[in-house]
Amino acid sequence: MTPARAGILLAAPALCVIAVFFFIPVAIALALSVTDFDIYALADIANLRFVGLRNYIDLLSTPLFWQALGNTLYFASVGVPLSIGASLGAALLLNSRLAWARGFFRTALFAPVVTTLVAVAIIWRYLLHTRYGLINYGLSRLGFAPVDWLGDPHIAMPAIILFTVWKSFGYNMVIFLAALQGIPETLNEAASLDGAGAWARFRHVTLPMLGPTLLLVSILTIAGFFQLFAEPYVMTQGGPAQSTVSVLYFMYEMGFKWWNLGTASAVAFVLFLMMFAVTLVQMAVARKVAPP
Amino acid sequence: MKRSLPQLAVNGALILIAGLTLFPLLWMASVSLMPPGAASSYPPPMWPAHPTLENYHELFSHGQMGRRFLNSLGIATAATLLSLTFNVSAGYAFAKLQFPGRARIQRLMVGALVIPAQVAMLPLFLMLKTMGLVNTLAGVLVPWLAGVFSIFLVRQHAATVPDEILEAARLDGAGEIRIFLQIVVPLLTPILATLAVFTFLGAWNDFMWPLIMLNDGHLYTLPVALASLSREHVQDTEMMMAGSVVTVLPVLILFLVLQRFYFQGTTSGAVKG
Repeated sequence: MTPARAGILLAAPALCVIAVFFFIPVAIALALSVTDFDIYALADIANLRFVGLRNYIDLLSTPLFWQALGNTLYFASVGVPLSIGASLGAALLLNSRLAWARGFFRTALFAPVVTTLVAVAIIWRYLLHTRYGLINYGLSRLGFAPVDWLGDPHIAMPAIILFTVWKSFGYNMVIFLAALQGIPETLNEAASLDGAGAWARFRHVTLPMLGPTLLLVSILTIAGFFQLFAEPYVMTQGGPAQSTVSVLYFMYEMGFKWWNLGTASAVAFVLFLMMFAVTLVQMAVARKVAPP
Repeated sequence: MKRSLPQLAVNGALILIAGLTLFPLLWMASVSLMPPGAASSYPPPMWPAHPTLENYHELFSHGQMGRRFLNSLGIATAATLLSLTFNVSAGYAFAKLQFPGRARIQRLMVGALVIPAQVAMLPLFLMLKTMGLVNTLAGVLVPWLAGVFSIFLVRQHAATVPDEILEAARLDGAGEIRIFLQIVVPLLTPILATLAVFTFLGAWNDFMWPLIMLNDGHLYTLPVALASLSREHVQDTEMMMAGSVVTVLPVLILFLVLQRFYFQGTTSGAVKG
């Protein structure tokens, strides 16, 4: 067998699977989004009608869709900087020559990442409990009034953000740590000799060296945050007052609770366009800040 | 050892953060050992006054937890084996075997990386429904068969296999498939371990797709079962914590044992968490 033949033989199974179970569904999703596919079409495909862009137009006049969009953007715009900041801070601490048990701390700080989201969301739901939760107990010891974390429409999303940062910061921390270890020690020493303090070294040596990593991390993190779903599903069921309904939660309910698969597909494409747009903007900004 | 102020500050901060990350997990284990109702008191108890395995017993005898544990274990194991089979051979082919259309397919796959998996979920559901795979464990497995991220991860590492080794084997008359199985696969063992850990944890922790696929309680995976329990048993803190322990502990142990391979995956930057 020639190498070319072997190549086709070895690549074909995976490529067929990806074509059949990913590319074709994506194409069908685009087609579905311009139909009125609903529970009647699910029963009999003859009930399916082409509706053009009506699903998209209808979405624009659906208040809950706008709310879901706003909630998701709020979650991402507050959560991503917090999460990346926490990751970078933790990575700098771990990378410090002064740190004692680096291996232990790295594992400890990373542990939430590998845990099952649904399970830890349930733990946090009890930690955040208004009456019996440990967080409110701690606050009361410090003299604060109890907070209705998951029951107050203004606080539920910040509470979910807090939980998500706890769950996810370890992942980017490890990526930052690897990048930090790749920065030559001599650069920092040279800056020190020139009289640069710790902050100046961070600002003018470390941060520029982390540039490409920062871009990669922020693209992946924003994409991840746009896919908010299990947290509201488990912790708040989208409430209170729909303040934690995310785009994906909205899509799930539209598609699998109400069986409006046409509308739900349109929502999926809006989500895709959002993620794509953010990626493009970030690439453009990165090119401006640091031309290749 | 000389202890300076900055040293105390750095380590103090690390201890504080480690406390924050580990505390909820330790608290979960502690509450899971409390008798029903004990955790709902004020001030919230930190330790069980009378540790008991009652919650676990209840979950496994009446809550179908054993069955669901096996569902999760089966899915994660099968996902890992299938994903290794499909992705490793494809990754090697893309790295080392020149075949017509390779570059173009590769570009297409990079393009696919920007499409979120959720876009495909609704049509995939309909497709699997016509195939009779909705509400089956096989249906849950489908998205794990092959993945672009995994293929690129393998490709990146397979590219480092020296061409001379492959050429020498060809001169010795070894067939392509034999070269792949007997020379390449052993050389790629570390990255195979990385891929295996990632896939296993990913499939074990996955929530949205099994939630969509599965209706019957006895087919539920642990996360789906836990989410449904938590909606029915909002007041049963202790039992929910026991369920969380059963769900989290296996992956936590797996991670602790195999973290070397896991971190190799995160830092090669090609795998989605």
